[in-house]
Amino acid sequence: MLALTDTTLAAAPATDTAKGRVLVSMRNVSKLFSNGTLALKDMTLNVQRGEFLSLLGPSGCGKSTALRIIAGLGEPSTGSIDWPSSQLDSRGKPKGDIGFVFQEPTLMPWATVFSNVYLPLRLSGVSKSDARPRIMDVLASVGLADFHKAYPRELSGGMKMRVSIARALVTKPKLLLMDEPFAALDEITRQKLNDDVLRLWRDSGITVIFVTHSVFESAFLSNRIVVMRARPGQVYSDLPIKTSLTRDSHYRTSEEYRATTDTVSRALQEAIEIGAAGK
Amino acid sequence: MSDAATAIKASEAGTDSAVAIVASRTSVTERILRVVIPVAMVALAIGLWQLHITVNNVPHYIMPAPLTVVTTLFTDWPTLYPSLLVTLRVTLLALALALIGGVGLAIILVQSKWIELAIFPFAVILQVTPMIAIAPLLIIYIKDPQTVLLTCAFIVAFFPILSNMVAGLKSVDHNLLNLFELNGASRWQTLIYLKLPSSLPYFAAALRIGGGLSLIAAVVAEFAVGSAGRGSGLAFRLLESGYRLNYPRLYAALVLLMITGVAIFALTSLISWLLLHRWHESALKREN
Repeated sequence: MLALTDTTLAAAPATDTAKGRVLVSMRNVSKLFSNGTLALKDMTLNVQRGEFLSLLGPSGCGKSTALRIIAGLGEPSTGSIDWPSSQLDSRGKPKGDIGFVFQEPTLMPWATVFSNVYLPLRLSGVSKSDARPRIMDVLASVGLADFHKAYPRELSGGMKMRVSIARALVTKPKLLLMDEPFAALDEITRQKLNDDVLRLWRDSGITVIFVTHSVFESAFLSNRIVVMRARPGQVYSDLPIKTSLTRDSHYRTSEEYRATTDTVSRALQEAIEIGAAGK
Repeated sequence: MSDAATAIKASEAGTDSAVAIVASRTSVTERILRVVIPVAMVALAIGLWQLHITVNNVPHYIMPAPLTVVTTLFTDWPTLYPSLLVTLRVTLLALALALIGGVGLAIILVQSKWIELAIFPFAVILQVTPMIAIAPLLIIYIKDPQTVLLTCAFIVAFFPILSNMVAGLKSVDHNLLNLFELNGASRWQTLIYLKLPSSLPYFAAALRIGGGLSLIAAVVAEFAVGSAGRGSGLAFRLLESGYRLNYPRLYAALVLLMITGVAIFALTSLISWLLLHRWHESALKREN
C-alpha cells in the first residue's frame, strides 16, 4: 500500500529518460486514417529497456494502432518512432528485434506447430537444421515440446496462443508486442498464460508492450501502465507499478494488488469520462 | 523445461488434447455400408436394365442388354482402345495446360489490380463464348484437328481454375499477411509460404471442376470439329456407331466415357484429399 501512493497518479513524466535506457520512443505521433478517424494525436511515449508496459484504455483509444505503428505496420501520419540504439534495416525497422503476438493466434492451419514457429527464421534464411534446437527450446519454454508435430486444429485456444508466443520469441527479439493476446480466452487459461508470460519476461529480460482493456491483467503483469484516452487517442496517465511481492497466485489475492487495481481503475474511469466529454 | 511448464503441458494434454485429437469414430458396420450401399444400388439398376431387355424382348438395335455391352466392350476393344487413348490424351493434356495456365495467370493477376483490370475481360469473354460456336472457326485457323480439340478443352477448363485461384490467392488471412510483413518477407516468400498454401482448398475445387469439364469439352469439341482415321476419339466412335445403328458399340463407348469420368473424379478427389486432409475443414469430419 505504501509503495503505491496517489502521487503516482499524476501524469508523471517517464521515470528515466536517459538515452541509454530507452529502447523505443514515439515522438508526437499522430495517426489519421483515410476514413477521417484521428486514432492518435500527438502521442509521446518512451519505452525503457526491460520494462513490462501495459497500454490500457477503452476501445477506440488507439492503443492497438500505437502498437502497430511501433511494429512498423503502418506509418504515423506525423511524428516519428525512434530506436535510439538499435541497428535499423533498409526499411527503417530494427532488424529482427520485434516479436508480435496478435489478438488471434494467427497460425498457418496447413503447417505443423514446428513449421509455424520456424516461419520467422525461415523467412530470414535460417536452415531447418540450424533452427531446430532453437524451435524446440522455445516450444519447451511455453510447455509445448511434445506438440511440435501437431496441427493447429488439434490444439485448444490456449495452446494455439502459446504457439503464437513461441513464434514471436523464436527470433530472440528485444521487444515483444502483444495486442490483447488473451482477450478471447477463458479466465483460467488466461491466468495461466499470464503467469507464463511473466516467467518468460523475467527469464529473458525482454521488453514487453502489452495492449489490454483489462485492469486486472495489466495490474498483475506490468511494472508500468500507460492509461490512454479516446477521441483523440492520447496518453492520459502513466503509472509505475511497484511491488515488493512476487507476482504469483498469492499476489492476486493480496491487499497490495487490490490497491493497485483500485488506482488503475480510477485512472481508467477518468480517461473514459474525459474521452466521452471530448467527443 | 521448468516444473511449471511441465505441469502446464500435462494438464493441457490431459484435458484439451483428448478432446481435440479425435480418432476415427466410424464403426466397422458403417464403413462396410458406405461401400456396400452404392455398389448394391448400381448393381440393382444394371439388373433391372437386363431384366427389362430380357422380359420385353427389346431388340439390340433399340437398346442393348448390359451383358451385350460388356461383350462388345471386349470384342470391339481393338477399335475402342485407341479412341479411348486419344480422348484421354486430349483431356489430360488440356487439364494440365489449364492448371499451369490458370494458376500461372492467377499469380500474375493478383500482383496488381491494374494487371487484373487489363486482363480479366479477355478471360471472361473466353468463358462466356460457347466453345461449340467457335470450334468451327478454330478448325480454319488451326489446321490440326487434335490441336483444335485440345484448344477447346483447354478454354473450357481454364476459366474455372483461373477464377478459383484468383479468389484463393486473394482470401489470405490479413493477420498472417501482417505477420509476413513484420518478418520482412519478400513478395516471393509471401507467395510460396503463404498465398499458395492458403489457396490450396480453392485449387482442389478448381482441379475437380476442371477435370470433369475438360473431359466433357474434349467430347463436345470432337462432335463439333469431327475427326477421322487414326486420330479419332471416343466421341467419333459414338457418332459413327450411331450412324451404323451399332448400338452395342455406342453403349460400350459410352461406358468407357463414364468410367473415364469417374476415374478422373476419383483421382482429383484423391489429390484434393491428400492436399487438405491434415488441416482443412472441408476434408475433416465434424467432431461431435
